[in-house]
Amino acid sequence: MLQIIRSPQVYDVVVIGSGAGGGTAVKVLTDLGLNVALLEAGGMLNPQRDFKEHVLPYQVDHRGAGEHAEMYFGRSQRFGFFSAPNGYWEIPGEPYTVAPGNEFRWFRSRIVGGRTNHYGRISLRFSDYDFQPEDGLGDPWPVTYQEMAPWYDKAEGFIGVTGTKEGLRTAPDGNFLPPVPPRVHETLIQKACGKLSIPCIPSRMAMLTKALNGRAACHYCGQCGRGCRTASAFTSSQAMIFPALKTGRLNLIVGAMARELVTDSSGKVTAVAYVDKATRSEKQIRCKAVVVAASACESARLLLNSKSPRFPNGIANSSDVVGRYLTDSTGHASSGFIPALAGMPRHNSDGIGGMHLYMPWWLHDDRKKNFPRGYHIEIGGGFGMPELGSFAGECARQEGYGKALKDKIRQNYGAYISFAGRGEMIPNKDTWCDIDPQRVDSFGIPVLRFHFKWSDAEINQVRHMQQTFSEIIETLGGTVISGPTRAPDAGISTGGAIIHEAGTVRMGADPKTSALNKYCQAHDVKNLFVCDAAPFVSQPDKNVTLSIVAFSWRASEYLAEEMRKGNV
Amino acid sequence: MSKPTRRELMRRLGASVTLTAAGEKWLAAQEAQHVHDAVAQDKAAKKGAYQPKALNAHEYATLVRLSDLIIPADEHSPGALAAGAAEFLDFLCAASDDMKEIYTGGIAWLDAYTRHHYDGKDFVAATPQQQTTVLDLIAYRKNESLELAPGIRFFTWARRMVADAYYTSPIGMKDLGYMGNDVMAQFSVPKEALDYALKRSGLA
Repeated sequence: MLQIIRSPQVYDVVVIGSGAGGGTAVKVLTDLGLNVALLEAGGMLNPQRDFKEHVLPYQVDHRGAGEHAEMYFGRSQRFGFFSAPNGYWEIPGEPYTVAPGNEFRWFRSRIVGGRTNHYGRISLRFSDYDFQPEDGLGDPWPVTYQEMAPWYDKAEGFIGVTGTKEGLRTAPDGNFLPPVPPRVHETLIQKACGKLSIPCIPSRMAMLTKALNGRAACHYCGQCGRGCRTASAFTSSQAMIFPALKTGRLNLIVGAMARELVTDSSGKVTAVAYVDKATRSEKQIRCKAVVVAASACESARLLLNSKSPRFPNGIANSSDVVGRYLTDSTGHASSGFIPALAGMPRHNSDGIGGMHLYMPWWLHDDRKKNFPRGYHIEIGGGFGMPELGSFAGECARQEGYGKALKDKIRQNYGAYISFAGRGEMIPNKDTWCDIDPQRVDSFGIPVLRFHFKWSDAEINQVRHMQQTFSEIIETLGGTVISGPTRAPDAGISTGGAIIHEAGTVRMGADPKTSALNKYCQAHDVKNLFVCDAAPFVSQPDKNVTLSIVAFSWRASEYLAEEMRKGNV
Repeated sequence: MSKPTRRELMRRLGASVTLTAAGEKWLAAQEAQHVHDAVAQDKAAKKGAYQPKALNAHEYATLVRLSDLIIPADEHSPGALAAGAAEFLDFLCAASDDMKEIYTGGIAWLDAYTRHHYDGKDFVAATPQQQTTVLDLIAYRKNESLELAPGIRFFTWARRMVADAYYTSPIGMKDLGYMGNDVMAQFSVPKEALDYALKRSGLA
């Protein structure tokens, strides 16, 4: 008979998932003196070994192509060989399914720190109208901006976010570190945007322009996506989890795939059952409370798979909303060639990894446009590190060979810019995830099945992005190289591809139409909290990570206080 | 005092990071300044004659000649030949059967085409003028035809990958003037670069 190994110790809290939400919970709860166990489905992170921000391509035999030249055949893992270890769309032994006629890609991270090891670190507060919509679409959140503002202050104050006070309703000001000066192409774009009445302001990024909380100031090597050994770019692993380990109050268990939440007869969670991946053996870890922060869809999967006579529909799901209201950000990108930049005097344009300026949404009050809500624009360009593929586009455009090609590549190096739009998707009834009744993963855990449809609202929004990107490129005297399309779907990103999933365990004031209360606490189960993007009622045009930190921080302090009072 | 070796610099970078984590000392901005120069010197020192791993001697010689034609030396910098582009491509052919097939197949096609049009001579045996006449056909999509399609496909691969090999080499990075991935105390933009672009943009 299979032996299930139960932990002798009862932890105050078991946290499931070590990304932005789980890392924040671990930090806050251990700071408040609680004993915490953290389950991570992936392995341990070692920044000195795993982060490659100071490796040039020629220092590796295959220069980033991969041991079997995978990059050239579209089979690369991660986002290229040099990227911080993160995860991928397809993980061996951990499948998911997509309903017929639908398209969805699900990125999973399997490493301590999760996606925070490599993410873009764009850190934007949601606006007042994001929490309390004024256009009648979607549902209001059970909190207001005013209630969340102090938690954004704490989140920014801890992780460190660059920025400037701008007084824009679409981009609320925060508790900012100094901004990074704009690069040459960004200054040009800012001037072009001035002509088009589009705001273009210093970016809000979780990189340290000053030392903070024992983390060194940025040294501007420009490779934040590869991970940062000095922890100057925020990661939950380096900034939250490693320090928490030093308190002696955190037990980090890696290679632990949560299977289900175990409840007692009163309906409270008493343990988490998980698979020790290395041995494929079943274990249980006992707790007084649980924080689920496994990523929006993985958290929904765990709740739906935690069935019992008391919770036949999955735990915390008497409302039947778990898995519904799934959203991703809309995405589209264009690139352009800017003759003014060609042949520019060479200099180090690295700065922080990512944009130094961006364009927040600017048409909130425009009632004539043919789509609701909006998007922000991210900027790319500069003298990037030459990598495999850096000049593939130039070769394809110029064709030929010889000195003419070599001269063109040198002349045009650094003269390309790109824009990426990231916009709001309104939740719709055709987009959700549920448990596929036919499939289990290699650990025997039933897998998720995705259903995903964009509506005309998102397609029209992406058409607007294309038009705007082209206008800016043309105002710069440039030529659009890629992006615009007449395709019926306007070339909108595949659902899930922007990796901003949210909404699958949503919060709300009414237990009939929501799973969680405004503290991310399950209406049905008082000692169960969900602290990733799953609780989010909407998907504003502002990347979710900063809000995950703010909501998880608030939920964790609330949980600790409720435990102290004996309510949990 | 002699320049520190790369290993020494990385050790010191690592040490300063550890201390940083303890909140005692910040990263010394100049510590890693010469890391990449040191690596280039290491690489140059151990260079010997490359023995192809995947391609045979004839195929390899053909690839060497192709790389020299695709990115030649000029008054600005040495070309793909000096940068060892063919070595890198052969290395990838040894790492991937799919890649090897592209190059062995493509080179065989190139030889067959050249033999057919130039008195039975392989590509490397053809005159430089005959070689460029062939490349002038297969280097452009507009010449697409049933006869040339495999050659155009192969040359698209070869051109892209010779560029990859060249521009990721120390010689190619220097040709571009890449100055990044350094350690800076502050980020700033040189005025002459900004003035150059602003003036040309008409947005000043």
